[in-house]
Amino acid sequence: MHPTHSMKKLLTGTAIAMLILHQDFWLWDNTNLVFGFMPVGLVYHACFSMAVAILAVLAITFAWPHELIEWATTKDEGAGTDGEAKPKDNQYKIR
Amino acid sequence: MTVLIVISIYLALLLGLGLFSGKQSRGTSKDYFVASHSIGPFLLLMSVFGTTMTAFALVGSTGKAFERGIGVYGLMASISGLVHVICFFAIGIRLWSYGMKHGFVTQIQFFRSRFDSNAIGYVLFPILVGLVIPYLLIGVIGAGKTILPVTAGAFPEAFPNANPLWTGGIPPWLSGLGICIIVLAYVFAGGSRGAAWANTFQTLVFMAMGVVAFTLIVKALGGVEQASKVPITVNENGLLVQNYGIVEQEDGSSKVEKLATPLVRGKIRDADPSLAGYQPHLGRKVLEMDYKARTPGSGELVDQSRELGVPPWMFLTYLFIPLSVGMFPHLFQHWLTARSANTFKLTLIAHPICIMVVWVPCVLIGAWATGLVPPGVPPAAVLSKMMADLVSNQVLTGLLTAGVLAAIMSSLDSQFLCLGTMFTNDIVLHKVGQDRFTDKQTIWIARGFIIGIVALTYVLSLWAANKNVFDLAVWCFSGFAMLTPLVFAALYWKRATTAGAFASIIVGTLTWIIFFVLAGGSEYTVGPGIMPVTFCVLASTVAMIVVSLATKPPSEATLNKFFG
Repeated sequence: MHPTHSMKKLLTGTAIAMLILHQDFWLWDNTNLVFGFMPVGLVYHACFSMAVAILAVLAITFAWPHELIEWATTKDEGAGTDGEAKPKDNQYKIR
Repeated sequence: MTVLIVISIYLALLLGLGLFSGKQSRGTSKDYFVASHSIGPFLLLMSVFGTTMTAFALVGSTGKAFERGIGVYGLMASISGLVHVICFFAIGIRLWSYGMKHGFVTQIQFFRSRFDSNAIGYVLFPILVGLVIPYLLIGVIGAGKTILPVTAGAFPEAFPNANPLWTGGIPPWLSGLGICIIVLAYVFAGGSRGAAWANTFQTLVFMAMGVVAFTLIVKALGGVEQASKVPITVNENGLLVQNYGIVEQEDGSSKVEKLATPLVRGKIRDADPSLAGYQPHLGRKVLEMDYKARTPGSGELVDQSRELGVPPWMFLTYLFIPLSVGMFPHLFQHWLTARSANTFKLTLIAHPICIMVVWVPCVLIGAWATGLVPPGVPPAAVLSKMMADLVSNQVLTGLLTAGVLAAIMSSLDSQFLCLGTMFTNDIVLHKVGQDRFTDKQTIWIARGFIIGIVALTYVLSLWAANKNVFDLAVWCFSGFAMLTPLVFAALYWKRATTAGAFASIIVGTLTWIIFFVLAGGSEYTVGPGIMPVTFCVLASTVAMIVVSLATKPPSEATLNKFFG
């Protein structure tokens, strides 16, 4: 699926919202335990880590840079179309 | 002694794996430096995660949680998950496309081309090497601090120690030397393929051993609910007391039991009565703790103080630190040389989860340790002290220590190799010409440089043996974060110019040096807790923007090459 501008904006907005939600000042002094052993501040941030993984899934699904990858892989001769790396012979190539 | 035997067997296995991967090599410099572009999604995830999570993740996170409490997870782990994913997506994939298009292998090649300047390579190289060295140092120091407590008592006559707790343990100078030699050996033999295989093996080992260590420590603490009662507590007089202690059982095992008389470990400065019953390490409230600790040299008891909790400004400005991932040389090289863009997908999704799997147990162990370990114990030794005290089975202690060493070594190898690759390609071959040396000679140039870096790291580790592993890592990350505006501008801002790039590097580096000298390499904040990295990133960003706008835009050819 090619990314649409609105989807990219939505995902960027979600990432910014997550940066704000990371500042959980409302839990600062709270030492309550969840499930009888996990401090609530730690539970919140562990859930945050899982939310980041979900954000990554959404970004891959809806904002994967197909055009950039096509540009990198199809413009010159000798490059595949599947994104497989085939370095060019230029002055930077390790022999 | 059993612990040492288990560790030795693990190191021998690792060495065997490195030598075996060396046999799989095609013998070319391309295979040695970039494994012939054959690194797939799983190896990439293990390599990226393994190299990002070093002694800092296991030893450092436990130690920092021992000092500041569970806020350390949000401070470094959860924000790293988010910022790393953003960087992998915004920087990594774009860099891969340029690596694919133009054949770049190292970041210096990329910047030389993007900013159309040879000189930028000569300016960047020493800065990158200078910043990688603290990262290597934390590995070598962390290894020493891990092995000492678990081998204490093994060789009392050969290795006496001023601190009776560590007498007879393998001293850090010896364990650091051993670790350096092992890593050097398999990097020497296997190159990037050996490093990738060793990374995968070691990352799996340290993740598995982390889970096992956590399970065993929880069991010894009497279950998770009991464990949560153990952390040091403020009493009605503002004193910090340990209510639990480790009691040796008749069968030789250890058990944590409630003490008849709580042990006073320190006091809260300006405590108010509302704090009674508060466990500072389970929250983030900022408190000052005064306590007594033994000095490492003489063993004399001296007054110390420490901040508990996390200041909100520190928590906020720590978000700049994971930006470092955008400029780590070894990650840059992975991005430029990955087999395909699809290779990144697994890393994007699994990286934050892997961070969580490793950090949550470590942070909990660090917080729990406050109720059992004296506050003066060096933070880097907390994890192994908990293992040594609570896991009475020597074979298991050996395996768990091997897990910690795996985390450490999986970072060292990629860094060593990457520095060798940059030195050979960006400095030597760039200067004398690509055809000046044979393929074999090219590999030996890299190996020679790697030996030099390992030797330098080892010598510096002796000098910095008592530095806090977490704090050193934060300084290293701050330095790389300071360079990240450079790569963002290079990738997304057509108006970014050569002069702007130089200004960004120089101003950012000077800002970093000033703060590093002021801090002496230790933890340092400005005003209400603002991390120095904030000023470093802002300074390099402003320098890039102002100088770029004041100078001539890049040529059409450069713009066409990078922006189509």
